[in-house]
Amino acid sequence: MKDNFLLQIKELKASIDNKEILKGLNLEVGYGEIHAIMGPNGSGKSTLANVLTGRDIATVTHGSVTFEGHNLLEMSPEERAREGIFLSFQYPIEIPGVSMVNFMKTAVNEQRKYHGLEPLSASDFLKLMREKKELVEIDSALTNRSVNEGFSGGEKKKNEIFQMAMLEPRLALLDETDSGLDIDALRIVANGVNKIRRPDTSVIVITHYQRLLDHIIPDFVHVMYDGRIVKSAGPELALELEERGYDWIRKEADVSEESWTTDQK
Amino acid sequence: MENDQDKILNDVTSGEYKFGFVTDIESDSIPAGLNEDVIRLISSKKKEPEWLLEFRLKSYRHWLTMKMPTWANLRIPEINYKDIIFYSAPKQKIAPSSLSDVDPELIRTFDKLGIPLEEQKHLTGVAVDAVMDSISVKTTFRETLAEMGIIFCSFSEAVKEHPSLVQKYLASVVPYTDNFFATLNSAVFSDGSFCYIPKGVRCPMELSTYFRINASNTGQFERTLLIADEEAYVSYLEGCTAPMRDENQLHAAVVEIVAECGAEVKYSTVQNWYPGDKDGKGGILNFVTKRGICKGDDSKISWTQVETGSAITWKYPSCILRGNNSTGEFYSVAVTNNHQQADTGTKMIHIGKNTKSTILSKGISAGFGQNSYRGLVKVLSKAEGARNFSQCDSLLLGDKCGAHTFPYIEVDNPSAIVEHEATTSRIGEDQIFYCNQRGISTEDAIGLIVNGYAREVINKLPMEFAVEAQKLLQISLEGSVG
Ligand SMILES: Nc1ncnc2c1ncn2[C@@H]1O[C@H](COP(=O)(O)OP(=O)(O)O)[C@@H](O)[C@H]1O
Ligand SMILES: [Mg+2]
Repeated sequence: MKDNFLLQIKELKASIDNKEILKGLNLEVGYGEIHAIMGPNGSGKSTLANVLTGRDIATVTHGSVTFEGHNLLEMSPEERAREGIFLSFQYPIEIPGVSMVNFMKTAVNEQRKYHGLEPLSASDFLKLMREKKELVEIDSALTNRSVNEGFSGGEKKKNEIFQMAMLEPRLALLDETDSGLDIDALRIVANGVNKIRRPDTSVIVITHYQRLLDHIIPDFVHVMYDGRIVKSAGPELALELEERGYDWIRKEADVSEESWTTDQK
Repeated sequence: MENDQDKILNDVTSGEYKFGFVTDIESDSIPAGLNEDVIRLISSKKKEPEWLLEFRLKSYRHWLTMKMPTWANLRIPEINYKDIIFYSAPKQKIAPSSLSDVDPELIRTFDKLGIPLEEQKHLTGVAVDAVMDSISVKTTFRETLAEMGIIFCSFSEAVKEHPSLVQKYLASVVPYTDNFFATLNSAVFSDGSFCYIPKGVRCPMELSTYFRINASNTGQFERTLLIADEEAYVSYLEGCTAPMRDENQLHAAVVEIVAECGAEVKYSTVQNWYPGDKDGKGGILNFVTKRGICKGDDSKISWTQVETGSAITWKYPSCILRGNNSTGEFYSVAVTNNHQQADTGTKMIHIGKNTKSTILSKGISAGFGQNSYRGLVKVLSKAEGARNFSQCDSLLLGDKCGAHTFPYIEVDNPSAIVEHEATTSRIGEDQIFYCNQRGISTEDAIGLIVNGYAREVINKLPMEFAVEAQKLLQISLEGSVG
C-alpha cells in the first residue's frame, strides 16, 4: 500500500543538550514534489535535516516522522540512506585516503544489497560513474581524489550532487547547497538536481536565497522560524521573502495563536 | 583489483579471529624446558654440522647471562622458559621431496589459510615456503627458481646444501649477542627460510614464507636469511597465523638481510598471529629481531609491515646503511585493539655517504590497545650528506587506548638533514555519519577510514598482500566501536 505522502512529519520536537530546537514541526511531502524551506539562521533547518537522516546530535522528544508510511525514527542512519534519503551536507566531510571510487562503490553496493540486488561489476560501476559525472558536469579529476580531501567549497557541493546522482535518492535534502557557489556552480548544482529527478523523486531544498529557486522551481515554500514552520505557500513566497526579508515573518509568527498557545504550555 | 578489495571487505562479517583452528596432526615434540641437552637434541634431530651446534651452544651460554629487556613501553607477562617446548615438528614419515609426500592434513591446513601448496593452483608469481611449528613443510616453485640460480628453500636444507653461504652470512647482521630474544633464537632456532639471489638476477616472482604455529605450549623460533648479491632484486613476503589458545605463546624470530652493491630487497610482512581474546587472554608474544644491511654502494632495503596480530609486538626492522648512496625504508601500519600492545618502529643507521632513509609509521589504537612507535635515526660522523624523513601518525578509536611516540635522533655529521613529523588524530563522528548517510554501516565506515589512513603504507605492499592487509585491518578493528 502506497502512502499518500512520501514523508510526513507530525508535531516534531527535538532538543540538543536539553534545549528544544524543533518545537512542533509539521510537514507533508508528496511524491514528486519539491519543497523549499527558508528561514533565518539558527531557526533549526539543519537540525531538521539531522533528525531526518538519523544523526544523533538532536534527540527527538515528541512527534512522528513516517517515510512511505514506515516509522523513520526507528531506522538507523544507514537504513534511511538505503531507503533512499539523501542529504547534501551543508558542510561536506573530508575522508583522507579514501578514494571517491571506493567510497561510492561501497555506498552503491550497500544500497543494492539492501534491495536484494547483486553488486555492480567493476566495469558496470565505472560506466555508471562516467555517466553520472557527465550528467552533473563534475570534473573527472575530482572523482579520482580522496573523498572531499582538499576540495574547494564549490567542489565539495558539486561532489554532493554527484553522489546524489549516483545513489538516485527518493527524497533528496539539500542543506544550503547553494551557499558560497558562484553562478556557474549554482547552475551545475540546479541542473544536476533537475536531471536526476524522476516523477516520484521528492526534494527538500533548504536555502536562504531565491536564486536557487529560479532553477529548481518549488511546488511549496515554507518558512521556518524558531523550530517551526510558520508559513507555507507557493513559489511566490520565496520572492516575497527575497524582497521583504524575514522580519515581517517574525512579527507575524510572534503574534500568531500558535506561539501563544505553545508559550503558555 | 578494486573489485576484489570491495568483495573482501564485504565478505567480512564477523570480528572473530578466522585462523584460530587447530590442525589435528601428530607432532614430534621434545620435552619442555631448555638446557644444553635440548639444544644438542634439536641439532641432532636436524642432523646439523658441528659448527652450527657450536654456534647454538655459544648463543645459549651467552643467553644465560642476559636479562629480558624492560625498556619497551609494554607490560609483558612472565615467560617461563621451563614450560616452553622448543622443538615441535608435524610428524612425517619421510622428508617430503614432492607434494605427494606431504601429509594431506597439512596441505588442508595451508589451503584453509589460503596458502595452497600445489603449484598449479597457486597465484602466479608467488613462490611459497610454508613453515608449520618448527618445520618447513614445502617450498613451491623451487625448480623454476633454481634455473635462474636463485636458492629458495628452508633454512635446514640450506644448511645441508649450501653450508658455506649459510656460514658466511649467518649472524653477520644480527650477531648472536645482539639481544635477549635474538640470542635465544640463535640457540634454539628450528627452521625458517633461506634465500639467495645471485649477481644481476631480478627474481621474477614474489617469494613468500608462511609461518603457522599449531602445536600448543610451543615456541616458534624461525630464522630467515636473505641475501641479494650485486645488482640483484627480490621482493619477499612473510605471513603468519596461529590457533586461538588460552596461554601465551612465544615467537622469537630473527630475520637477516644482506644487500650487496646495487642490490634491492623489499621485505613485506603481514603479521596476524593470534592476538588473544577480548579480555587479553592468550595470544602470541611476538619478539622479533629484523635487520638488514645495505652492504654495498647504491643498495636498497625496504621494510613494509602490517601488524594486526599478537598480544604483544616488539619489533624494530632496521637498516644499516653502510654502502654509499644506499637507501633504507620503513613503512609500517600497526594495529592494537582490545588489550593488544605494540612497541614497534625502526632504526636507520647512516654510515655511508649520501645515504637516505624514509620512515612512515601509522599506528592505530582501539579498545584498550597501546601502540608505541620507537625509532632511531643515527647519522655517524662519516655519513656526509645523509638524509632522513620520518612521519609518525597515530589514529585513535575510542578513549581507552593509547598512542605513544619515542623518536631518537643522534646526528654526528653536520651536513645531515633529519626531519621528523608526528600527528595524532581520531576518527571523527562526522566522518562516520557521512558514510552512514551514504548507506555505509559504521563498521564498514571504520574499515574504509582506517584503510584510507593506512593507504600510503598498504600501497607499498605487493598486490595480493595489499588485499589481504586491507581485509585484516577491517577485521582486527571490528567490535571496536558501538
Ligand atoms: N551540535 C550542536 N550543538 C549545540 N547546539 C546546536 C548544534 N547544532 C545546532 N545547534 C543549535 O540549534 C539551533 C538551530 O541550528 P541549525 O539547525 O543549525 O539552524 P539553521 O540550519 O536553520 O541555521 C541553533 O540555536 C544552534 O545553535
Ligand atoms: Mg544550517
